[in-house]
Amino acid sequence: MQTAVAFSRVSRHFGAVRAVDEVDLAIAEGEFFAMLGPSGSGKTTCLRLIAGFEQPTSGHIEIFGETAEGVPPYRRNVNTVFQDYALFPHLSVADNVAYGPMIRGVPKAERLKAAEEALALVRLPGYGDRRPGQLSGGQRQRVALARALINKPKVLLLDEPLGALDLKLREQMQEELKALQRKLGITFVFVTHDQGEALSMADRVAVFNHGKIMQIGAPEEIYRAPRSRFVADFVGSSNVLPPDVTERLDGRRAWASLRPEAIRLVSEGGVEAMVTGHSYLGAATKLGVFLGEQRLTVLLPAGSPVPAQGQMVSIQWNPADLHVMEDEQ
Amino acid sequence: MSAGAHAILPGRGGLFGTLSDVLWRNPRLTLFLMLTPPLLWLGIIYLGSLFALLAQSFFSIDEFSGLIRYEWTFKTYAELLRPSNLDIILRTVSMAAAVTLASAVIAFPIAYYAARYARGKWKALFYLGAMLPLWSSYLVKVYAWKLILAKEGILTWIFAKLHLTPVLEAWLALPVIGGNSLSVSYTGTFIVFVYVWLPYMILPTQAALERVPESMLEASSDLGGSPAQTFRHVLLPLALPGIIAGSIFTFSLTLGDYIIPQIIGSSRLFIGQAVYAHQGTAGNIPLAAAFTVVPIVIMGFYLWMAKRQGAFNAL
Repeated sequence: MQTAVAFSRVSRHFGAVRAVDEVDLAIAEGEFFAMLGPSGSGKTTCLRLIAGFEQPTSGHIEIFGETAEGVPPYRRNVNTVFQDYALFPHLSVADNVAYGPMIRGVPKAERLKAAEEALALVRLPGYGDRRPGQLSGGQRQRVALARALINKPKVLLLDEPLGALDLKLREQMQEELKALQRKLGITFVFVTHDQGEALSMADRVAVFNHGKIMQIGAPEEIYRAPRSRFVADFVGSSNVLPPDVTERLDGRRAWASLRPEAIRLVSEGGVEAMVTGHSYLGAATKLGVFLGEQRLTVLLPAGSPVPAQGQMVSIQWNPADLHVMEDEQ
Repeated sequence: MSAGAHAILPGRGGLFGTLSDVLWRNPRLTLFLMLTPPLLWLGIIYLGSLFALLAQSFFSIDEFSGLIRYEWTFKTYAELLRPSNLDIILRTVSMAAAVTLASAVIAFPIAYYAARYARGKWKALFYLGAMLPLWSSYLVKVYAWKLILAKEGILTWIFAKLHLTPVLEAWLALPVIGGNSLSVSYTGTFIVFVYVWLPYMILPTQAALERVPESMLEASSDLGGSPAQTFRHVLLPLALPGIIAGSIFTFSLTLGDYIIPQIIGSSRLFIGQAVYAHQGTAGNIPLAAAFTVVPIVIMGFYLWMAKRQGAFNAL
C-alpha cells in the first residue's frame, strides 16, 4: 500500500508560536485517519499544510510520493470540507457542487449531471436548484462533501465537519461518512477535538498537543494503552494516577491510567474509597470517589444501585486494566 | 442573599419610570414613536418635494411669454430629446460611467487590502486616509486641482522633469478628451471627479469584502481555482453588492454635479449645469425638472440590470 501523505520533521511557526513542531507522520492510502487534539494543538494547521493553505516553516511534505512544499492549493489533487462549509452563497447548490468541474472547463450539461450524481451520493438528490442559504446545517454539510468528492480527490480533508451539527445528526453523519469512505476508498483525513468521534470513525488516530503528536495508533490502542498522561486524560477522561499512588496499588513506581469503566463496586475484597457524589449520564452513572487523597471517577452501568455521598465503598479492577505509562508528560 | 429582598423590584416611579414600563410593554408604540418623525421627514419633505419637482416636468413653458403652463404634457420631454440637450445627457452619462469604472478599479485593491490584511492601527489609518478628503471643503479641493492641472501647474512641471512632456502633449492632442491643458479638458474633469468621489466607492467595497470569509477564497483555491479564477467566480460576485452600492454614489453624484465641470473642463454643459441654468437664469423649471428625471431613470435602469445579472444574489 502506498503512503498517501508523509510528513518528515514538518514545522509551521507563526511568529514565536510553534503551531506544528517537528511532526513526522505517514498516512496510508485508503485510510480513515483522525487528527485529535484540543484547540490550538496544531491539528488544523497540519490539515492546512496538506491542503496547501499553509506552507511549512521547515521539513518536507509528500503527497503520494510527490513533494508538496511550494505547490499552491489549486494544483493539489486534494479537497477539503471546511468547518464552516464555505459554500458559495451566490451560487445554487448544483453550481456549488459543479464548481471544481467548472474551473476545469467541463461543459455545463456534463458538469451539472456529475453534480446531480454527487448530490445523490450524499443523499440530497434534487436539491440542485436551491441556494445554500435555504439548507439546514446537515444539508449544507452534505453539499460541502459532494462539492469535494465530485473532483475524485486523492485525499479528502475534513476540518471538524460535524462540529456544528446536533448530537443525533452527528451520530448519523459519522456512520454515513464511514460508509462513504469504505465505498469510495479515498483517503480521509479528519480533524476533530471530539475523542468519541475520532475513536468511532478512524482506522488510526493521531493525538496532538502543543504542535506535537503525542501518540499514533488504532483507536483501541490509544484508548487502552495511552502512552502519556495527556493522552490518557484527553482520550476518554481516564483516571491518571501519580507514581506514589500507583506504587501503593500496583507496586510499580510510575504514572498510570485507570479507565472509569474498568472500576467496579464489590461487596468485599476491594480497596476502600469514600463516595463524593455522582452524576447521572443516562446509559451510566458517573461516581466520584476518594481513594485516600486520590480522586477517582468510576463509571457504574445503568441500573446498578448508586451509593450515597459520604458512604464508604469497596472498589476493584483487573490488574491488567491499570495501565502504566511510558512517558512522564 | 438578604431575607427581606423581594423577587420583584418596585416600580421606579416618576414620569420616566412609568414611561419606561409603558414603552417596554408596548413595543409597537415604541416603534411608532421612533419612526414617525423620520417617516414624516422622509415622506413629506424629502420624497414629497422630489415628486413636486418631478410633477413640474409634465408642465411646459410658453415660448412667447416665458410663463409656465400648468397643463399635463410630454412637450418638455420632447424638448429633452433635441440634439443639443441629448448631447448634454450623453456627455454626462459617459463621464459618470467612466468615473464609476475608474473608481471601482482604483478602489478595489485599496478596499481589498483594508478588508483582508489591515489590522489595528493600519485599519484606523485606512479609515482616516479614505475619509480625510471628505473632511475638507469640496470647493477648496476642486480649486486646488485646477492649480495642479493648469498649464503652468505642478503636473506639467512633473512631466517636464521626467522628460515626458511629449506624452502629455500627445494626450492633450487627442480629440474629445484632450484640450489646451488638463484643466480645460474632459481628462481633467474626469480626474477630479474620480478624486472627489473615490471614498464613496472605497468604503462600501471594503464593507462587502470584509464580509467574505477567508474560507470562501480557500474553498475556491482548494477546488482548483487559480487566483484569477477565484477573483472572477467568487471574490468579484461576492463584492459586487458593495461595488454596486459604491457605483450608485459615484454614478449619481457625477450625474448631478454642476461645480466640477464648471471649474475644470471644457465649457460644454453637463446635466447639473443644465438644470442650474434652466431653473435659474432661463426660468425654465419644467425643462430643469425633466433633466433631473434623467439620472433617476438611468439609476433605476442600472439597478434593474444589476439585479437581473444576479449582482445581489449574495445578499
